[in-house]
This record gives sequence, structure tokens and C-alpha cells, in this order.
Amino acid sequence: MNPLLEVVLRSLSVLIVFLVLPLLVGQTEHKVMAHLQGRLGPMYAGGYHGWAQLVADAAKFIQKEDITPRAADRWVFKLAPAVALVPYLVALSVIPLSATVVGADVGASALFVLAASSVGILGLLMAGWGSANKFALLGGMRAAAQLLSYELPLVLSVASVALAAGSVSLTGIADAWTPLWLVWQLPGALVFLIASLAELQRGPFDMPIADSEIVMGPFTEYTGLRFAFFLLAEYAGIVVMSLLFAVLFLGGWHGPFSDALGPLWTILKGYVIAILIIWFRVSWPRIREDQLQRLAWLILVPVALAQLAITAVGVVWSSR
Amino acid sequence: MTDHQHAQGSPSKNPKPSGILPGLVKGLITTARTLGRPSHTAEYPDTKPYLPPRTQGVIALLEENCTSCMLCARECPDWCIYIDSHKETLPATTEGGRERQRNVLDRFAIDFSLCMYCGICVEVCPFDALHWSPEFEYAELDIKDLLHEKARLGQWMPTVPPPPALDPSSAEPQEVTAANKPARKPPETSP
Repeated sequence: MNPLLEVVLRSLSVLIVFLVLPLLVGQTEHKVMAHLQGRLGPMYAGGYHGWAQLVADAAKFIQKEDITPRAADRWVFKLAPAVALVPYLVALSVIPLSATVVGADVGASALFVLAASSVGILGLLMAGWGSANKFALLGGMRAAAQLLSYELPLVLSVASVALAAGSVSLTGIADAWTPLWLVWQLPGALVFLIASLAELQRGPFDMPIADSEIVMGPFTEYTGLRFAFFLLAEYAGIVVMSLLFAVLFLGGWHGPFSDALGPLWTILKGYVIAILIIWFRVSWPRIREDQLQRLAWLILVPVALAQLAITAVGVVWSSR
Repeated sequence: MTDHQHAQGSPSKNPKPSGILPGLVKGLITTARTLGRPSHTAEYPDTKPYLPPRTQGVIALLEENCTSCMLCARECPDWCIYIDSHKETLPATTEGGRERQRNVLDRFAIDFSLCMYCGICVEVCPFDALHWSPEFEYAELDIKDLLHEKARLGQWMPTVPPPPALDPSSAEPQEVTAANKPARKPPETSP
């Protein structure tokens, strides 16, 4: 195949996945969250159980006025949603759905995903700074503090599975996966799940956008499409983190009939994780800022380090 | 700090965890259980809501009972009831009898843009001409259209629910007591 055509086709398919899966997660959140709270959720849009609610939302967001505050740092303010959104698109492009179905096969894809998804923090900082709003600034600062401290346990838990697999490629890690990992890597998996929740600023970790305290944090001044981009970035983040969890800790495409159904297994496992993330958000109250930092530095980092040690012992033991 | 104060402060320092499960797991179980149950939502435009019989939705007028006594209009805190009436003279029914006068209601209107739904007019009406109806779907596009005349107020009369039954142990209504009283005997002639 013509290499240029292949690049275009691969980019397009990644873009389509990037636009479809977050909508799926968003609709799931609408309905699952509603039923977890004893409500029905959207019922009208599209006719059948509100399936088109997010399409209607998008149509609404497009019509809204795009306001830039007069005191805002214009370029920073306008660029921030893109900076928050694009890193997840880049990260999604290297996450393999199966050994062959992958947007771009990068050697050190585990490192690449972590590096790319941590750029998103810049978008939040830019939004917080550029809005010329004290709530936005407070939210941006909280987001920065939170994302910086949770990056470490996230990286450490990924380092653990990379060490166990002897590879920094997501494909290599998933291929080295055995059901034994469910026990062996369990502490690391829990650390990764909690840290990724905090990275997404969701569930109990939504201190930066705590709407009852600081309006909407960094998103306070945003309207219309730019605000929608931030929302899309949040759901794309859930997709990226869920798929990453499925590939790293749940064996990705391994399962019955994995030759034919490989990508479906990855998506199914990731979907279960996404539902788990929604469930956590509904069930648990918000964690205070100091509790948040305490959890990261006094619990998650030591557990992740211990997991790393356990993994190292296991690797040395099995290679003897 | 005295010992007494210390003893008071100590139980709050180590609050006993209730039950075996940690609160986080309890929260998850609670929401999951809610997921299993049918939701509480009533889909309003499709299914009518259940409203208790004493719901204060709109005030209905039973025109025949109204004597234009103006009590409701005068008691209304918002002065949102408008009453116009005139006196009519009825000719004597029997030969040589006296002519009678009675009030005829010309206009009875309630401005629901002013009404605060206190129900004082319903309480104060001595002849049960005003009633609460649970009907609530009478929104208008223009605030002026919320001034409803007696024809419209009368249309709500069929939606007034029958009065709820009395409590089993309550005293019987005055009317029943009065009806059940033995008829007054003619005064016994003294011997």
C-alpha cells in the first residue's frame, strides 16, 4: 500500500475511534449514573431511551456563543482546549486493541502513552491562567498539584508491569500477560486505577473542578465548543485510561477466541473499567486537597514502590 | 484541660466504625442496590403525577354557592380576587307578601399572577363556594392571561376531589350530630 495513504487511513480510523468511544462512555455515564441514583436519565432524544442525547448536546454546544473574557490572555485562553484534547488523541493512537490492530506501532508505547497523556495538564494550567478568573486560577493550581503528585504512582505502577514483561511496548506487555498477574500485579493495578482516576480529575478526585466551591475550576469562563472540547477531553481520557488498564493489567486481547475477537476483548475490558470509574464517581464523596496529597505520597507511592520490589523479586526468581 | 473535659473529648477522637465493611464499600453497595431497583422517576408529561387530595393546585368556584358576601376578597392578602355584584328585587311569592332582595354575582375573577396560594379565601368562604383543585397545568405565555373569570374558575369544579374521609376515631361531623338528635318534644303540659 502507498505509505502516505496508509498514514491517512490509520489517522482517520484513530480519529473515528477517538470520536466514537468517548460518546459511548458519555452515554453510558448518562444512563448508568442515572440508574445508580434511582433516576432514568435522558429518555427523549432519539426516541429510544435517549440514545441521541449527546448528539443533541453537541448541536446545542455548537449554537452557543464563543465568549472570550476581555481580561483573558487571548491566545492562551483559546488554545487551552486543544492542548487538553490533542494529547489524548495522540495517546489513543498507540494503544493496541490487539497485537495487529493499532494506530501506530511504536516501540516504547507504554512510555509514549504516559508522556503524551501528561501533556494534557498543560491545557488545564493554560485554561486556569488564561481565563483571568480567580476560580479558574484556583482550579488550575489544584489541577497542577494533583496531576503532578499522581503522575509518580502512575509511572511506578506501569514500570512494575513493564519490568514483569521485560518490555516497554504495550503489545509486548499484553503478550507477556498471564492470569497469574491478576494476583501478582494486584497492588500495582489498584495504584494505577486510583492514580488514573486522579489524573482524570473524576470521581472522588474532582477537587480542581469542584463545582460547589470554585464554580467549574479552569473551565469557568469557557462556553460553547471550547467547553465541549474540555468535556470531550475528559471522556477521551476515560477511554485512554480504561483501555490502558485493560492492556496493562487485564491482558488486553487475551480471552476465548482471541484470534477472531481480540479487539473486542480489549474494548470490553476497557468498558468494564469505564463503568467502574463511573460507579466510583457516583458512590464516593470528594476528597479534600490535603487528603488527596496524603493519599498520593503516603499510600500510593509506597505501595507502588513495594509492588516494584515484589515484581523485581518475582522476575529474578523466575529467571533463575 | 481537666479530666472531665478529657473524658468527654476522647470518644469523639476514636469514633467506632459501624459495621464490618468500610464506608467506601458500603457506598458502592448502596448505589449498586439502587441500580437494581426500578427508578423513582415519574415521566411527567406521559404519566400524570399522583397528587394528594389536599393539593393546592388551583382555586375552583362553585358559582351557585356564592352570595357575593365579599369575605374572600377582603381576607385575601394579595387582593387578587375581584367581585362585582348587584342587588335584585324578587317579587313577593304570595299575595300581600314582602318583596325580597338578593345579590346577583356579575363578576368573580382571581388573578393567579398575584395569588400566593395561601388558601385563606377557601377557608373563609362560609358557603363552600371556593374549593382547592389539584389541577396545575394552566401556565400562560402572557402574565395578563392569568386573570381567570368565573366561567374558567367554574370549569375546574369537576376536578375537585371529594373530601377525604374522616379519621376512624375522630368526632362525627356537626351535621350528623345535629341530624341524629332526637326531635324536640312538645313541652309537657303541667298538671
